[in-house]
Amino acid sequence: MLPDTGWRIAALAGLGLIAAAMFMTIGIPPGAFDFAIAFRGTKLAGLILVAYAIGVSTVLFHTVTGNRILTPSIMGFDALYLLVQIGLVFTLGGSGMLAIPEQWKFVAEVILMMGFASALFLWLFGESGRSLHLTLLVGIIFGVLFRSLSSFMSRLIDPSEFVVVQGASFASFNAINEDLLMISAVLCLATLPFLWSVYRKLDVLALGRDHAINLGLSYRRLVLTVLCVVAMLVSVSTALVGPITFFGLLVAHLTYIIVGDSRHGATLPAVVLVSAAVLIGGQAVFEHVLGLQGALSIVIDFLGGLVFLFLLLRGYSR
Amino acid sequence: MQRSVPYHAVLGALMVLVLSGISLFVGVSDLSVRDVLAGGDEAMIFMVSRIPRTLAIILTGSSLAIAGLLFQMLARNRFVEPSTAGTVESAGLGLLVTILFFPASSVFVKMLIASGFAIAGTLLFLRILKSVPRSSPLLVPLVGLMLGGIIGSVATFFAYRFDLLQLLGTWTNGEFSGVLKSRYELLWLTAVLAGVAYLAADRFTILGLGEDVSVTLGLNFAQVRNLGLVIVSVISAVIVVTVGAIPFLGLVVPNIASRMVGDNLRASVPWAAALGASILLVCDMIGRVIRYPYEVPIGTVFGVVGSALFLYLLLGKRSHAA
Repeated sequence: MLPDTGWRIAALAGLGLIAAAMFMTIGIPPGAFDFAIAFRGTKLAGLILVAYAIGVSTVLFHTVTGNRILTPSIMGFDALYLLVQIGLVFTLGGSGMLAIPEQWKFVAEVILMMGFASALFLWLFGESGRSLHLTLLVGIIFGVLFRSLSSFMSRLIDPSEFVVVQGASFASFNAINEDLLMISAVLCLATLPFLWSVYRKLDVLALGRDHAINLGLSYRRLVLTVLCVVAMLVSVSTALVGPITFFGLLVAHLTYIIVGDSRHGATLPAVVLVSAAVLIGGQAVFEHVLGLQGALSIVIDFLGGLVFLFLLLRGYSR
Repeated sequence: MQRSVPYHAVLGALMVLVLSGISLFVGVSDLSVRDVLAGGDEAMIFMVSRIPRTLAIILTGSSLAIAGLLFQMLARNRFVEPSTAGTVESAGLGLLVTILFFPASSVFVKMLIASGFAIAGTLLFLRILKSVPRSSPLLVPLVGLMLGGIIGSVATFFAYRFDLLQLLGTWTNGEFSGVLKSRYELLWLTAVLAGVAYLAADRFTILGLGEDVSVTLGLNFAQVRNLGLVIVSVISAVIVVTVGAIPFLGLVVPNIASRMVGDNLRASVPWAAALGASILLVCDMIGRVIRYPYEVPIGTVFGVVGSALFLYLLLGKRSHAA
């Protein structure tokens, strides 16, 4: 650790707390205090989970790919999750799916998603010598393909209800899927011991494939397990709020700038705090001050798109 | 000039004719040739709905393919087309602005303002392109897609703010089910523009060789470039305003055409037009019969087909992208 890394993370934690306090207290109408606190508490929990899932999955993905411009959502992972979701309904039939509790459905989706995402990743990154631009473009177009397939299938299921599925493909921090909060919390907590056990290995992994293998890392196994965790976290965030293309890129780069230390012992906790502060603070401002509940994801997409364009044109890759 | 051009043109025209014939007799109302000739309701449906729809598809498919072909010459890049350069999103933003500020304006005015926005967006893209090194061809569509995303998010924000998200959905996903007589005539403008593109095909071929070569060969580079810019932008705007966006058509079709007949536009323009119309006719029929009697919008069907073909172009054996 660099000497002042601890202080920086502490400052970020302070920021996160301020954001949470803002979100919980601004603009509560008189007399509705208890209701508002309970209502907002649920939302806050959802936002924290989403922040954790997106922040951690992006940093892990950056490490595994050895590249800081690729993110799981740019590579079409969240579109893949939506496709898995609709594909399950499509193959098992809508009525059969309704009988299964929401949580079990979600677990099945997560498991399938882990398999598909790992397969896609291995296929894209298995062949060395593909250029970064090709990989990026292929990822983006895969995202388009998955989204088109999802909307195609949703049309085939029930024309009168396709609007519901279309709603799910539009990101919103305002409508958090509360049925899945508990199970998402469990899944996120389950990643903590794993991260604790591998965070030093991740520093080695970040040196690149050849160095990592030379230094005695069981490279392939580690990459696959990390990828499964990434796929799981992407599923969690997509299930809770829908696909958000650039949020991960935005907070990951903010974190790298603020922390200035690329070791995972520092970046992983920091990215969680940064994304929580941005997401909760942003939602507090947009929801309670500006009254534009749904606009945060649009603004994030706009800013993230600018950052991405900037990184692309600057030829940023590591 | 290649000797094989007439043969290609005849083959292409035949393909489009046969597919249009099938397309005319596919649909919810059961029509047969005898019914139509007998007159009455069937003939009415035929004249008001079926013929305009089929014509609209042919015009859209062929003009989008030609727009993509021209754009690829303008940007000197295989992977550029209106939907990977921010042109489509700019046109959509223009349409949105028109509806916000001049809600009572005619379709023609909407089209004009959308065209203006499309030209501005395309110019911005070409300006950014100047800072992209020629050695990284795949960076170009990436930058274009991102630019489109940024412009699209501005449009989304306004749509969200003024409760027009529904409207946004109509231009981001192309659909022909609303095409009826007197609701599609603007599309004939694309035919005119496509004709101009064909007349100037040789100039655009030279343009694709780059500025230095063009100037050396005596081409008025700026003039031809601006003509191409206007043709591409206006075609995109007309299609966004009348049927909605159909992504990647202008990318995959010219690529297939140029693998067949090479990069001489005099030969590849007709061929690309025929291919574009045929692919769109087939996709439209799939969309109409797969969930009979309901319809899957063509934007959705072609979204799957187009992105799959694009991936094939990127990853296929003979890929020019590395």
